[in-house]
Amino acid sequence: MTKPPLSSAEIETTLNEVLIWALSTHRSATPLAAALAPFTRGEQDFVLRWADAIAKTNAEMAYQFVSQAPQSMRLMGLDGVEAWAVQAMDVYDKMGLYPACAVFREVAAFAAAERDKANGVSFEEISGVLELFVRGLSGRPLKLEAGDDIYTDTASLFLPARVTRFPDHDQNYRLYKAMVAHQWAQARYGTFAVPLTAVFAGYADPARAERLFHALETVRLDGKLARDLAGLHREMAALRAGLGQALAPAGWERQVARLQAAHADVHDTLALLAELYGSEPPEAICYQGRLHAERAEATIAGRLAHEQDQFRTALLEMLGEKQGEYGESPEDLSERFSLSRTENPDLPGEFSFSLSLDGVPITPPEDVRALMDSIIQDLGEIPDEYLTAAGSGGYRRDHADKADESDWKASYEDQGALLYNEWDFRRRHYRKDWCVLREIDVHPIDEPFVARTRHKYAGLIHSLRKSFEALRGEGRLLKKQSNGENVDFDALVEAWADMHTGREMTDRLFTKLAKLERNIAVMFMVDMSGSTKGWINDAEREALVLLCEALEVLGDRYAIYGFSGMTRKRCELYRIKRFDEPYGELVERRIAGITPQDYTRMGVTIRHLSKLLGEVEARTKLLITLSDGKPDDYDGYRGDYGIEDTRQALIEAKRDGIHPFCITIDTEARDYLPHMYGAVNWTLVEDVKKLPYKVSDIYRRLTA
Amino acid sequence: MTARVLKTEEYRITNEPYYAAQGDEIALFEAAYKNRLPVLLKGPTGCGKTRFMEHMAWRLKRPLITVSCHDDLTASDLVGRYLITHGETVWVDGPMARAVRAGAILYLDEIVEARKDTTVVIHPLADDRRVLPMEKTGELLEATPEFCLAISYNPGYQSVLKDLKQSTRQRFVALEFNYPKPELEQQIVQRESGVDAATAAKLVKFAGMTRNLKGQGLDEGASTRLLVHAAKLIASGISPRTACRGAIAEALTDDGEMLAAVNELSASLF
Repeated sequence: MTKPPLSSAEIETTLNEVLIWALSTHRSATPLAAALAPFTRGEQDFVLRWADAIAKTNAEMAYQFVSQAPQSMRLMGLDGVEAWAVQAMDVYDKMGLYPACAVFREVAAFAAAERDKANGVSFEEISGVLELFVRGLSGRPLKLEAGDDIYTDTASLFLPARVTRFPDHDQNYRLYKAMVAHQWAQARYGTFAVPLTAVFAGYADPARAERLFHALETVRLDGKLARDLAGLHREMAALRAGLGQALAPAGWERQVARLQAAHADVHDTLALLAELYGSEPPEAICYQGRLHAERAEATIAGRLAHEQDQFRTALLEMLGEKQGEYGESPEDLSERFSLSRTENPDLPGEFSFSLSLDGVPITPPEDVRALMDSIIQDLGEIPDEYLTAAGSGGYRRDHADKADESDWKASYEDQGALLYNEWDFRRRHYRKDWCVLREIDVHPIDEPFVARTRHKYAGLIHSLRKSFEALRGEGRLLKKQSNGENVDFDALVEAWADMHTGREMTDRLFTKLAKLERNIAVMFMVDMSGSTKGWINDAEREALVLLCEALEVLGDRYAIYGFSGMTRKRCELYRIKRFDEPYGELVERRIAGITPQDYTRMGVTIRHLSKLLGEVEARTKLLITLSDGKPDDYDGYRGDYGIEDTRQALIEAKRDGIHPFCITIDTEARDYLPHMYGAVNWTLVEDVKKLPYKVSDIYRRLTA
Repeated sequence: MTARVLKTEEYRITNEPYYAAQGDEIALFEAAYKNRLPVLLKGPTGCGKTRFMEHMAWRLKRPLITVSCHDDLTASDLVGRYLITHGETVWVDGPMARAVRAGAILYLDEIVEARKDTTVVIHPLADDRRVLPMEKTGELLEATPEFCLAISYNPGYQSVLKDLKQSTRQRFVALEFNYPKPELEQQIVQRESGVDAATAAKLVKFAGMTRNLKGQGLDEGASTRLLVHAAKLIASGISPRTACRGAIAEALTDDGEMLAAVNELSASLF
């Protein structure tokens, strides 16, 4: 039965509550409510629910949403409205309030785009496949990014967020692919091998020279693609034909012939640019995009400096390997190494470089080969100065000044931090790359904590060892098997007798050594939040000591990580013991060094630890959390939000074949843990002091 | 036509198996053989290790016994065991004992897959003792000068469980194999399948592209063997794109996105 629509007054009451922080004496909810009154109850509920969700993030956003909602529902279905709201929230996350409000105001544009959606293709749809595609084309990784312009800086390919040029989905996808291929071809076939900005600056109108140059380059690259990637070239030609675009304007026949000649390189393009400068640049082809020579040059310059260092370091290493030690590294590598180039007979203009050491050709390792290829892609060769020393300053340059605050994600990645998505249950979508996580070693301390614990629980450790030894899987001889390593003589005699008395003889005549290997990898995730301060922390540390003792007996692989952090930009994971690290003095000192830190953001921790567990090969994978309460972080990561994100992270872990389990000391755990971990995958230790006794016991039960 | 039945040690290769040398591996193997040293072949799957062994067996005119190792392969599977025949227990040689008796070339393919206890029988055979201890019968089988042990192993596996122990690997003369250089690989594909040079060149290029993706979601790039498979399909009239999809892309991965990318790469070339 459908409920009757809400009246204007009823809506206003709700809105007054939801939008309280966005309303004022000059701005009331009355007109908003009136505009919503004519809609069905379902639609009204939908708007109010989203308004509430958005208001939790920002009240002004919610106000904008409600004021545009009636129009949005006239333009789109509820699915579209939801997508619109989610997009605005994403914009808010990335760019802030004003751009996000602009998304709400431009609902008509969004609706038009939505209509294209059925046929259009989005960047997210294609980026996975095409990133692999371009990686396959060239050894050098090229990142795909969504941007306003279509261009490449030779490290990333920038593509539009959506392509809707064609009325059908498949062709739009092909257009994306053509864009990728064209940008890739620029980097591959040496468009940026000459200092373009300087060349353009020599013309009266640099922008015009750039456009003309790009048009000519497109013709040249088309020739290269036709030679090397015939299938792709056909597709690109079909796209141009579909839009009625010509590769080059009429009258350029002679120029096209020169540009597509086998030997043509960027210098031919430059020569023709000088010749044709007087004529009007033709309209850009659908996949051509723009040329941002200055950005490409900046990237190349940075990369070359870096690669020159790497190349020299690699040569020194190779020299060191040969000499057995570094010895006296020569100032001038060209005394020992030499480079020679040979032209590929099938591909004129393509050279292959080979490296010789003391006159003997050597095969460089794969990574050095890739490095050489990358340098050759940028410069067309490996210049001789790459072999001569840069001075007395050594070969490593300082990269400390790399961090660029404006691009915080990239700079975090450079510093070894990892980005993880976070689940926003209100939007029912992930917030992309939302959390920044770093792995840090726990500072080991010299307190005799472990020795004290061992002494304190000496009796318990003894009995733990015994019970765990019983668990340890040993080979067991199985008798009467239908196949196996050895004859089971007992069975044979029986069978022999059976046969003689006329009964059917069994074929189970072998013994077999059964493999009862425990193939378990377990990850312990230990709460190091501020709330564990005091004896909870002590109990946790003691529990870990006992656990390590027990696990060493058992032989299961295990790792221990502590987690804490403050806000999404500073999630921290403290390494106590990695999987490949032996339990020894260092680990003991780290356990002693576990100190309470800040907050508990659990989702990102689970995602990262699941990833680490995923890299371990084991039949059974366990993720055991030691916790003292609900997920909680400073920037709103609490209540339902934190619980739902944690739950989502656990669902992801289970999908990857990991069994999560939680040991908690929070007496209210019953209210939320079953929802997060599932009905049976948690246990409560009510008395903190019992924690050391219990944890090993729980583990034994779990894996018996 | 009926299939021939042969005892494994009677299997001799009479026609020269096609093998294009990548370097000096043939000379090296011959020298090792002459000096009665065992040989370890390292290299990714499908790069020609098994074919090389066949070729060497033909060259040296010895029978070739190949055992593909798996994780249930035990020492007694290799050496032999007692079986019951006509009411009596009868000793039956395993492939290793047969090879030693016949002075054959024994090739243990993918040795790391075998159970750890197999090292017990490999070690005495692989060092200068050259004997096979047969624990069950209480005998030692001494290898003739013609006998040769060769094992293969793929160092590309990232698993810690599948690594060859130093004590084993240091008994062998190691030959490293890799995918052949493009020109040679093209020649091999052409020769093995009968496709024209242009198609073979494109296939080799395609293989290079998939090898670029190794570690990006592919465990291995397309091997020479897969290229030959695709080329054979093309030679019998299958369209190149379909052949690449069936013989290469689907063989490399099950991941949807990766499949799409690999298919795009082959479609770009053909």
